[in-house]
Amino acid sequence: MTARSLPLFATIAIFLLAYLVCYLQFPAMLSTRVIGNLLTDNAYLGITAVGMTIVILSGGIDLSVGSVIAFAGVFIAVMLRDTGLHPLVVFTLLLAITTAFGAAMGGLIHVLAMPPFIVTLAGMFLARGAGYMISVDSVPIDHPFYDVLKDAYYLMPGKGRLTLIGVVMLLSVGAGMVIAHRTRFGTNVFALGGGVQTARLMGVDVGRTTILIYAFSGFMAGLSGVVFSIYTASGYPLAMVGTELNAIAAVVIGGTILTGGAGYVFGTLVGVLTMGLIQTYIVFDGSLSSWWTKIVIGALLLLFILLQKGLLRLNARRQAARSMA
Amino acid sequence: MPQAIRRVLPQLLTLLAVILLVSAFFPGFLQVDYERGRLVGPIIDVIKRGAPVALLAVGMTLVIATRGIDLSVGATMAICGACAAWAISSGYGLIPALAVALAAGLLAGLWNGTLVAVFGIQPIVATLILMTAGRGVAQLITEGRILTFTHDGFAFFGSGAILGLPAPAVIWVLAAILFTLLVRRTALGLLIESIGINRRASTLAGINSRVLLIAVYMASGFCAAWAGIIATADIRGADANNSGLWLELDAILAVVIGGNSLLGGRFSIAASVLGAMIIQAIDTGILLAGFPSEFNLVIKAALVLVILVLQSPSLAPRMARAARRRRGTPVGRTAAREAGE
Repeated sequence: MTARSLPLFATIAIFLLAYLVCYLQFPAMLSTRVIGNLLTDNAYLGITAVGMTIVILSGGIDLSVGSVIAFAGVFIAVMLRDTGLHPLVVFTLLLAITTAFGAAMGGLIHVLAMPPFIVTLAGMFLARGAGYMISVDSVPIDHPFYDVLKDAYYLMPGKGRLTLIGVVMLLSVGAGMVIAHRTRFGTNVFALGGGVQTARLMGVDVGRTTILIYAFSGFMAGLSGVVFSIYTASGYPLAMVGTELNAIAAVVIGGTILTGGAGYVFGTLVGVLTMGLIQTYIVFDGSLSSWWTKIVIGALLLLFILLQKGLLRLNARRQAARSMA
Repeated sequence: MPQAIRRVLPQLLTLLAVILLVSAFFPGFLQVDYERGRLVGPIIDVIKRGAPVALLAVGMTLVIATRGIDLSVGATMAICGACAAWAISSGYGLIPALAVALAAGLLAGLWNGTLVAVFGIQPIVATLILMTAGRGVAQLITEGRILTFTHDGFAFFGSGAILGLPAPAVIWVLAAILFTLLVRRTALGLLIESIGINRRASTLAGINSRVLLIAVYMASGFCAAWAGIIATADIRGADANNSGLWLELDAILAVVIGGNSLLGGRFSIAASVLGAMIIQAIDTGILLAGFPSEFNLVIKAALVLVILVLQSPSLAPRMARAARRRRGTPVGRTAAREAGE
């Protein structure tokens, strides 16, 4: 176990421990129903968090994802209402738009050499505003194909439902893992996170990689919007306010270091599930107020950040000792 | 032209352009009347409604000058408002309520500052913790309700008038002036800038960067507390869910519009509060001019984009060089002036 993978193991350990505590108090928590719902309810967050992981691994941040998801929902709902296009065509169109949107932000970040924070903040306003301009009201989606998508599930033993959108999330995590850890692009992302100067000296095409990173995040946000529209069967421009922060929190809880350069996509899945577990516990308990979710997530964030800080410091000290010897 | 005015000239011109543009669509925009002992009119409304963002921008300017960022100010506003409303509705009176709210703001700043300066956590992440947890804390204080109260003395901070001017406007103007005097009449401003440019070098030069960083985040918390007091007094109730929601982004935007670099260093509080007024003038103007408020965000996005291009470290020097060539200024002299700046 290296210092680098320690946060991941800590995340997994905390998740399992939390689940054990939940199970001891409410034995019903360990049913495939709860697990199936955990996956379904957090599918949209998990998908966008995968995109966010790649962005954060590169040392960046993407504040626009929540607005992009809301835009996606409204776009899909209005397109289905006003045109006769098949949902799959609309999905393709939408994913093309959000990917191009992400790529444009990546391009701006690279060309203007401005912090991703402020560029994606502008993107957040733009996407939210675009959603408003399409429709101010919530638009219901009423399409036979949506009923098919919504009812597509695999009945696990114990009557738990592994829904289509839950599977989409698991597949996205799988794809994210392959992209981050097994491709040249992924290596470039890690290199960028380690330091732009060094990455450039190593021969990484910084501009191209930056554009691809934010395009990927835009694609994931679009996909998350598709999933969210299936989940809620509607599009609402005010939806998903603050999702970007939940996604960032999931990534951090998942053991990815926010300065970039170290982390695992799989950890993000565990982070998302941990956050979902807190919510499930509060629902099971019934007497706790929902605002405890926020406080517990804040406390978890603090814990993981301090853990990472401690590990980094330990690592640096060990390296210094080694170079002295 | 004095240096101080030249620094805020772009913001003044932008504000003027926005006001003219709104006036073109809504001729009564600049009209100010005197009614029942107070000034009323759309422009007065802009100055009053912009108070929370302007206050947050004052603290945020200092934080950003140290190369930091404070995402928690909106949540801090909610906490401080909840504290004040709790104190008022429990019958502690006005002064204790203000004291509790301001203490909560300072405490929030101390927390953020300690995480940043002592534990060395990146400012975005460190303040993200309080941003996430803060609203939960505020809801704990209000017990999940909108805590309402009736207290004329406290409500004065939201809807009262001092010399005909709305109290919130007086508060933010005073805060901006006091903080400007504090950092510019002493060496504090210079020290803050030096931390933002290079913290390590500043520390080596003998600046106690740790204490100064904590102080800067506490200043931000202090400003957020006042913003929270105003927001709470204005609606005579503490709304833990919505008080100051997303105002941190508006405050950061105000600072960026004020021409302050997110990469730290030189800063101008005056330019930041002008930035806040620009944002509020756009918000109010879009409503008055009869445009659907949906356009608001798109216009904001476009505005940020223009400012980004103007500020860009990779484009701005190129454009400045091109402009210089056109004007025919000798390169040596400008370079010397730039070095002196």
